[in-house]
Formats: sequence, structure tokens, C-alpha cells
Amino acid sequence: MIKRKVVLRFPASVVEYPFIYTLAKEYNVVANILKANINPRKEGRMVVELSADDKDFDAAMDFLQSRGVIVLPLEQQVNWLEDRCTQCGACTVICPTEALWMKRPEMTVSFNGEKCVVCEHCLKACPARAVEALYLSGE
Amino acid sequence: MQLRSYAEINEKISKGQVVVVTAEEVLGLVEEHGVEETARRVDVVTTGTFGPMCSSGAFLNLGHPAPRMKMARVYLNGVNAYAGLAAVDVFLGATEIPAADPANQNFPGAFNYGGAHVIEDLVAGREVLLEATAYPTDCYPRQKLETWIKLDEINEAYLYNPRNCYQNYNVAVNLSDRTIYTYMGILKANLGNANYCSAGQLSPLLKDPYYRVTGIGTRLFLGGGTGYVAWYGTQHNPAAARGENGVPRMGAGTLALIGDLKQMKAKWLRGVSYLGYGVSLQVGVGVPIPVLDVETLRYAAVRDEEIFAQVVDYSEAYPQRIAGSLGEVSYAELKSGTIVIQGREVPTAPLSSYPKAKEIAEILKSWILRGEFTLTEPVSKLPSADSGIKLNPLKVQK
Repeated sequence: MIKRKVVLRFPASVVEYPFIYTLAKEYNVVANILKANINPRKEGRMVVELSADDKDFDAAMDFLQSRGVIVLPLEQQVNWLEDRCTQCGACTVICPTEALWMKRPEMTVSFNGEKCVVCEHCLKACPARAVEALYLSGE
Repeated sequence: MQLRSYAEINEKISKGQVVVVTAEEVLGLVEEHGVEETARRVDVVTTGTFGPMCSSGAFLNLGHPAPRMKMARVYLNGVNAYAGLAAVDVFLGATEIPAADPANQNFPGAFNYGGAHVIEDLVAGREVLLEATAYPTDCYPRQKLETWIKLDEINEAYLYNPRNCYQNYNVAVNLSDRTIYTYMGILKANLGNANYCSAGQLSPLLKDPYYRVTGIGTRLFLGGGTGYVAWYGTQHNPAAARGENGVPRMGAGTLALIGDLKQMKAKWLRGVSYLGYGVSLQVGVGVPIPVLDVETLRYAAVRDEEIFAQVVDYSEAYPQRIAGSLGEVSYAELKSGTIVIQGREVPTAPLSSYPKAKEIAEILKSWILRGEFTLTEPVSKLPSADSGIKLNPLKVQK
């Protein structure tokens, strides 16, 4: 079983094709669409979580690429907005990996991106909304 | 024995000779020189706090359009402001949420925007959408209005906060087996975390526990501008249990504060959202303590180790108003990062920012040193421990 978040880029020529339906029907792929849009040049971009058996997953990837769809790995990143942070500390007991942590005895909040696992619990735990999640596609 | 008067302190301020230290700096001085010597040397101790204070809001006079309008229902960026006052006067409460907000229908609600955010937007100089309706009268014929307003274009705008600067507060924990969402933040199941909310040794009323020098009319730092103590705050409870050092061991005194919104800064008035609970306003307050005598300084020199708070279960005891505490911990323990409750180590988090409280105490100190801020003698005392005032619960009779 493979479960992976990817970014799909659709050229204008295929943007009207029902890919998600085909993935489900022909390849038994479960697609959870996280974000999707079509730009004015009619090119599509979709952030999607795909899960399927290994064999089905590989076949699905081959199918997408054969139709001209570019499949890119998704990288997620949490950004701590220091300017918006009010240094309260509410996030520090919610963060499971101590990526958001408190320097003592100064009691200042800091963020260590290397420890962050992008669970996104902090996004709603921060009263000042000083954390944001970014989806990067490595484009 | 009195060491100095308000007039003498203000004269020193005008001559640039005043000695001011923050409530944190005073601790080092007392350690080095003792209480009496420090009291002789220091004229003013500045305190500070920056935390969520829900009982806050702003009175606004929006000005009359042509033709004139009574403005019976008023919305600012979709948030209802109370308009049951004279025409075009409104009160915008910090915790009000837009009528269209789903609140906790999709639990836990996000509460991304509310009255507190409108106040922050106004203070930041941003345009705010004003929508108003009214029934027509001969003097106020207009029935509908939609326009943009800015803080510097409306008439009076002043913050009036009925309950700020709580003198001490509960430490909130969760004994149940599910996560709960409270005004004390997210509390994880089975004593997953303990949240507290006080600046401890920097907090204004913890450094003047019997309100000897903080009273009605006291000038202070409010939201980045100057404000005043208007009255004692709602739920002011000076009779709460105190330690031998006079410091309340639970929520006790409170202050009602007033100040000109147009002087304030968005940095010190921040709209905040508590998941599953609602909107609040993070307010910065700094109160100067004039060292009138040795006693004043002795109280102002109390440390985190000597200030205690009660640990309260917010899954059952608090909501059901069941009295009792799971124990008592000091602010020094709370700030260490873990406390022990029922034999278990529990991680702690503050909701009130200690570094920002320190920054406020520093700013107030610099205002006084530069001669921009003088001290006021209270025109009337706040009710203290001997006043007989106590907190009344509501009897439900039906």
C-alpha cells in the first residue's frame, strides 16, 4: 500500500479529461484532493493525496505521465511568522516534536524547522495565527 | 515611614533625576542591597503584562452622515457593535463574533475574526466596513448606510475594558479522557498539559497586592498609549485567600481601564482566536508603582517563587462550578516547563507573554525617564481585603 501526497500539473490540452474518475475506476486509486486550480491559460494544478496498492499505484503513475500529466513530489513546510507571534507560548505544549519551543528562563518562543513534522497542530493552537503551512512542489 | 510623595517623584521626573527600575530589575537590587536600601534608592518600579483579556472593548462615535441617522443596528466588518446608546455612539466588544460565524457548530470552531480583530484593524489604521440600519425619525431620517471608516476619521474612540489585569489566575488542566477547548487554550486529555496566564513577578496587581498605590485615576500604559484606572474591575474579589506575604493565591483583584484608542498601537492590542472557545483581545498593560515607603517596595519585590496559583480541572470542576483545587504551584515552577500534579509530571505553557510584559515594563520605564509620563495619586482607593466585597455566584431560581 502506497500513500503519497503529490502535485499534478496538467497541460491545457488534457485539462478537461476526468483524471480522478479514471484513477478511481481503472486503477483503484483513492484520491483526496487538497487543493486544485486552473489558471487563465487553462493549465491545471492539483495537490492530491493518492493511496493504492503498489502495483496499481505504479500503473496509475504511468497512465498519468502517458497523458502528459507531470507528477511532482509534494514538500510541505510550516512557516513561523515571528512578526505576528505574540510570544505567548500556547503552541509549545501542543507541538509534539518541540519544533516550537520555549527558551527558559527568558520565556521566548522559537521555531526549529528541522524538528517540524508538519502535523499542523500549531496552526489552530496559535491564538495569534502566527503559523502557516506552505505546500511546495519542488517546481 | 514615608520616603517620598507623589509630588516629590514627579519633581524628580521633571528634573530628569528619577530612579526607575522594572519589577524584574528590582529583584536583583533587593538581593544585593536589601529591601530598605533599595527602597531608599528607587523612586518607581514599573510592572507589565500582555495577555488575553476578554472583558475589553471600545466606545466609538462614528459621526453623522447626511441626512442624519440613528444607527440602531451597527456592524463593523460584519461584527455587531452595541448601538443602544445615543445616535452614532456604539460599543464594540472584544469577544463578539460575526453573525455569520458558525461558532462551535463545526466543533471545535476556529473563531478567526471578531470584535478584538476589528479593534486591532482600526488601531493599525486599516479601513473597516461600517454597515448600519435604523428606523427613521423626523430628526434622523436615514434608514440604511454602508461605508468605509478609519480610526483617525471618526470622532472619539476610547478603549473601555471592564475587567483587565486579573491579580493571579488558575492553572488549567484536563482530567478527562478527551481533549477540551477552553479560554485557557487547548487542554489535552489525562493531564496532558497545564496552561497558566499571568506575568507572575512582573504582573501589576501581584506587585501591589493590597492596592496601596494602584487606585481609581492611576495613569498607566494601556495598549501602547496612556490610560487610566477607571474603577475596580468586574468580579473584583479582594477577599480571596492570600499567602503570608499578602499575595492572593488565586484570581482576586481586577481593574477597569480606559484610554484613548487613537494613541494606541496594534502591537499591544492583538485580536486572538482560541480554538473551540472564541475571540479575545490580547492587551498590554503597564502600571507604575511609586515607592512611597519601604512597605511598597517589599510588596513590589515579591518573586515568582513566592507567588502561588491553584491548579483547576477544566473538564469537570470549573464548568460545573465545583469548588476545590488539585494543588498549588509557584510561578517559578510553572516557568520551569513542568509541574507535578497527582504525582505526574505535566508540561506547562503560558498564555500571557513574559517577554512582552518585560518589554512593556521597559517602555513605561523609558517614558518616565524621558519625562513624558508622570505619576498620579489615586483619587479614590480600590476596595481591598478588608472591604467585605465578595464574589457572588448567580442563583438560578425557577
